[in-house]
Amino acid sequence: MDAPVLAVEALGKSFGPVRAVDDLTFEVHPGRVTGFLGPNGSGKTTTLRMLLGLVRPTDGRALVGGRPYGEHPVPGALVGAALEATGFHPGRTGLGHLTAYAPQVGVDRARCREVLELVGLGPAGDRKVGGYSLGMRQRLGLATALLADPPALLLDEPANGLDPEGIVWLRGFLRHLAAEGRTVLVSSHVLAEVQHTVDDVVVIAKGRLVHASPLAELAALAGVSTYVEAPDAAALAALCAQRGWAASPRDRGTQVDDVDAATVGAAAHAAGLELHQLTTRGADLEDVFLRLTGAVS
Amino acid sequence: MSRAALTPNRFDVALLAEWRKLTSTALWWVLGIGMAAYLAFMGAVLAFTFAAAPPSPDTPAITGVDAALAVLGTLNAIGYVFPLLVGTLLVTTEVRHRTLTQSLLVEPRRGVLLGAKLVVAAAVGLLYGVLGVLGLLATAAPVLELAGDGIFLTDPAVLRVLGLGILVTGLWAVLGAAFGAVVPNQVAAIVAVLAFTQFVEPIARLGLSAVDSLSGVAAFLPGAAADAVVGASLFGEISGGDLLPGWAGALVLLAYATVLTVVGRYTTFARDVA
Repeated sequence: MDAPVLAVEALGKSFGPVRAVDDLTFEVHPGRVTGFLGPNGSGKTTTLRMLLGLVRPTDGRALVGGRPYGEHPVPGALVGAALEATGFHPGRTGLGHLTAYAPQVGVDRARCREVLELVGLGPAGDRKVGGYSLGMRQRLGLATALLADPPALLLDEPANGLDPEGIVWLRGFLRHLAAEGRTVLVSSHVLAEVQHTVDDVVVIAKGRLVHASPLAELAALAGVSTYVEAPDAAALAALCAQRGWAASPRDRGTQVDDVDAATVGAAAHAAGLELHQLTTRGADLEDVFLRLTGAVS
Repeated sequence: MSRAALTPNRFDVALLAEWRKLTSTALWWVLGIGMAAYLAFMGAVLAFTFAAAPPSPDTPAITGVDAALAVLGTLNAIGYVFPLLVGTLLVTTEVRHRTLTQSLLVEPRRGVLLGAKLVVAAAVGLLYGVLGVLGLLATAAPVLELAGDGIFLTDPAVLRVLGLGILVTGLWAVLGAAFGAVVPNQVAAIVAVLAFTQFVEPIARLGLSAVDSLSGVAAFLPGAAADAVVGASLFGEISGGDLLPGWAGALVLLAYATVLTVVGRYTTFARDVA
């Protein structure tokens, strides 16, 4: 089975007077990890739930492999999903949870044991979920998503509650799944959390799309900036003002936005200004993300 | 890439999933044992009452096969709260613990999910019926054999009452599941079931049967309809209310279940699951 494209077309959802998702269009392609990013309450979970047929769109469509999720013969085997607010019965064991959902995705008990081992819950599988930590519940959610070894995975804030070791493991695991040609969509409200995992980003804010591109293009948006340290700070400030550069104090020196290090260095040299540090700063993706989502104006 | 090479019959796998959901927590056997124990206790009390009742000129003593029928006919009149609860919980736990999301991910056709729950409710209800009968017999049989005229287990009338009692217990569980689909809030549903079975219906049956023009209405209450199917009930004897014919009682129960199912399907099971 080919990994499906996830497509959201002019999608909209209103809850009473609240417009949770508005005119949203994007696609998620196989073989790549796509980060679905936005602040809390930006409509990510509602969008994911519309893709999975749990919430009915007010406008537009959300399609999996060209069809609504519910129209596939065994949808749970096509898309493995772990949604944030999905619950577990506290009185059921981890294994009991998986075996209850196994028949409808066409797998047996042995596979349930297998996915428990895969997510590192092997010995805990016979314990009741009521005694699980948040991280263990996240792992059980992931195990449920992986039951049928699905060609597409849709994970809502999967890093929540995982310890640092678990996050590193998850990162490698998602890269591995994408490398196998699967479609992987991961939502998060923190870019830094998925920055090292994703190939593509879809950024939404207030229910609307604000950016969709490969991660590298998002990085380009960050622009260049140069970090300079000069013993004569006043002279440096005067130089920046003279050249019309946007300069701001940063650490023990000055950050000059949208100007590269060579230009700053040449200008300082011409002005006879002594410099102790002159560095091109890496793109600060988090800044870009916050700017895009309106958290920083 | 996918392991689900075959497309399984959706209803069959939904039934298996529902059965596993039911049996993977303690609820079903706790309620089942509770039902058996409660009926065992009531069976002992009733059997002693009939077996030890002194002859009285006012009320003719209930003896022989009538005593056995009177005791064994109480299965659903006394025990119906158990199947009703297990059926209700079959639906409401999914809402309470938010497992409904996962259930709808593996089966987006909501009618299939609800239908599977109703069928599994019927199955566990029938099982509860058997457990209840065993509980009743465990105490009533020895008491009636030793102190009364016997249990008459091979008498066709006794077998009929037991069989119909088990059948009605199954219907109660279906009714419970359908009710859970209408009132998905678990606490509200449990309170409603307990209040209705323990207070509202008994009082309504007494009250309605006391008013001539309304006495016919009481027969359409679910408990009265169930009594009609079984054809014997302690409560029926006491209230003296008129009961429907057995087949009509069964139809009334089915009508309740159908209406509740349809309402649940187009309310709880039609909503966004957010």
